[in-house]
Amino acid sequence: MWSTSDILHVDMDAFFASVEIRRRPALRGLPVVVGGTGNRGVVTSATYEARAFGIRSAMPAMRARALCPHAIFLPGDMQAYAEASRAVMALFREFTPLVEQLSVDEAFLDVSGARRLFGTPEEIAVLIRRRMAAEQQLTCSIGVAPNKFLAKLGSTRAKPDGMIVIPPDGVLEFLHPLPVSALWGVGKRTEESLRRMGLSTVGDVAQASRAMLRAAVGQAAAEHLHELAWGRDSRRVSTERVDKSLGSETTFETDVADAEALRRTILWLSQQVATRARAADTAGRTISVKLRFADFRTITRSRTLHTPTDVAQEIFRTAVELTEAARGGQKLRLIGVRLEGLVEVAGSARQPALDEPEHSWRDAEVATDAVTAKFGRGVVRPASLVKKRPEQGSPARPQT
Amino acid sequence: MKFRVERDALADAVAWTAKSLPSRPSVPVLAGAMLRVTDGRLQVSGFDYEVSNQVDVEVQADADGATLVSGRLLAEITKALPAKPVEMAAVGSHLELVCGSARFTLPTMPVEDYPSLPELPASAGRVDAPTFAAAVAQVAMAAGRDETLPMMTGVRIELSGDKLALLATDRYRLAVREITWAPDDPSIDVNALVPARTLADTAKTLGPLGGEVTIALGGSGGGAGEGMIGFVGGTRRTTSRLLDGQSYPPVRSLFAPSYSSEARVTVPALIEVVKRVALVAEKATPVRLSFSEDGLVVEAGGTEEARASEAMETVVPFTGETMTVAFNPQYLLEGLSALGAPTAVFSFNDPFKPAVITPAGEDGAVIEGFRYLIMPIRVGR
Repeated sequence: MWSTSDILHVDMDAFFASVEIRRRPALRGLPVVVGGTGNRGVVTSATYEARAFGIRSAMPAMRARALCPHAIFLPGDMQAYAEASRAVMALFREFTPLVEQLSVDEAFLDVSGARRLFGTPEEIAVLIRRRMAAEQQLTCSIGVAPNKFLAKLGSTRAKPDGMIVIPPDGVLEFLHPLPVSALWGVGKRTEESLRRMGLSTVGDVAQASRAMLRAAVGQAAAEHLHELAWGRDSRRVSTERVDKSLGSETTFETDVADAEALRRTILWLSQQVATRARAADTAGRTISVKLRFADFRTITRSRTLHTPTDVAQEIFRTAVELTEAARGGQKLRLIGVRLEGLVEVAGSARQPALDEPEHSWRDAEVATDAVTAKFGRGVVRPASLVKKRPEQGSPARPQT
Repeated sequence: MKFRVERDALADAVAWTAKSLPSRPSVPVLAGAMLRVTDGRLQVSGFDYEVSNQVDVEVQADADGATLVSGRLLAEITKALPAKPVEMAAVGSHLELVCGSARFTLPTMPVEDYPSLPELPASAGRVDAPTFAAAVAQVAMAAGRDETLPMMTGVRIELSGDKLALLATDRYRLAVREITWAPDDPSIDVNALVPARTLADTAKTLGPLGGEVTIALGGSGGGAGEGMIGFVGGTRRTTSRLLDGQSYPPVRSLFAPSYSSEARVTVPALIEVVKRVALVAEKATPVRLSFSEDGLVVEAGGTEEARASEAMETVVPFTGETMTVAFNPQYLLEGLSALGAPTAVFSFNDPFKPAVITPAGEDGAVIEGFRYLIMPIRVGR
């Protein structure tokens, strides 16, 4: 079924926290949490010492503090993490050009063509981990397997600071005892549906009849789960992954109901999104907002424009309309703005409207990009953002 | 209700009414086609609170009456019937349909629950049906489809004396067609914003019937038919609710008072070239037209992607500096197809300002009455 195990999934251990410890060695061995320095933030990364107290990513900072009051809470420094990420990815590319970056801190590597240069996939994994520790003072976990799904499972099982090699003839032995939640795409609800049918391990799913699976999770998901349960995943390592969306969100220090304050925050988020879109030569047609209410109920609303945009003013206008229509005057705890359906700005062509002034908002924003590149952030910004800092808690989290 | 009718007449009538019925009606009766027989005539109608359609068919009536059946189902049935006379009769809560040896029994819906169709507003004047249909077809495609900009989804009809103008724009191109008509009141000066899709469907139906189309427009004084427009041609009538066009932008001012350069190109040849070259133009990327003394070069694609170019002659040599303009190929092709003339005249001021395309005869002489304004795509930062 598989000839070789030559896909690697490399996942950095507690990445943001580890980058912090790297520059503050005194913190080594302590519970360190990144994110949520304010009251309301969300944990973005935690060392294994902190995780021992039950602290997890995406947990409200308040709860993390309650779990471990003596943990060290640090504000995020996205710039430093982005830099560290670039160095890590560059290290991977020394071994193979087939690197599919999944996020700032994980990637798939296809090393099938690297055998001659660097040795077997297992030897390459050992080498990567050794060089990561020596050159970056960071640890990572690696899964070596015949395909992406299994490699990712492997690295998860190997965490922290470990590696697992799943040889082709050891796949089922490794896979079948795992709980169904290990299967990609199985969340809480699917897990429950499967359990009701008496399917609790991956092996159970593999042995279950298709009809039974279909009854539990529906036609499409049944096919998908059945394939995975037998360790089959035909996705290739793709280097051309283009982000399909990009967004930015922020959690407020205290819940905000004031429309004017929200507008300022939306403008600020829209600018971040637009600036990043322009920097990446992409534009998106769909604008979505994510709203979290005081009771943690979270909704998203989106609208698709006629033509792709990378203009903050357009994103802002749409995002404000979506927010006000969906909010119904309620207080918000978190707000996010996202640009979706990204396309490359091919040859940077853009269809202006007939009644558009010759010098548009976009021109102004592109000029701002240039000034920012030269003099730093925040030198030029909209008048409404000059005096007041937008309502915000934790630093806006760039997301891909 | 009981009558005999010719199969083709029935099928046409039902198909036309059923076409505009809502697929997901807000109330079930609106999915129905109303069949009403009075004085030897069958009236088939459909209504979705926005648009109403009604058509008269001559029948041999045995008994007057009315019945309401699923429009879509009836349309499918009548289309499939053999070419024989059709007998229909309301029997209890069913409609019996017999045609040759085929027999159908359809459940009916309560006639009394069906809303009454809006009254036709007062007539405003008449226009030659084929001319009107052609004019609507020329502009309707330029209307927007984005429901968040409702005003752009309409065609604006301007009635001023014996001039009838149709305008539509989606903010990226604008089509304007002017024709003459016969107003009931020679001093008429009104305008109306009609949903483009409804207008296009109606015109497409009424054009081939020939004769004249009566345009009926509700006044603004709060009388019958306010905010409504009606079109009557032959035995068919359509009413539609108007869109709010009070703040319709002054789009005519988008045409420049004069243009600095002009190019004349053969339409069918250009359409072919653009279609061919546009094959390499990905969605939302432009085709570039370069006019020079040597003729016209049409190009698409970038430095890294697939590329295409093709040269063709202009009808008369282009004079002046080389003009390179980039267009959305779809907008360009739709505009060229709408010209309905052998020659296209491109008028420009500069590559970043709206360009105008007008129709001209074989000899290059401009044919008045239609203008298509198109915003070029901006290339480069």
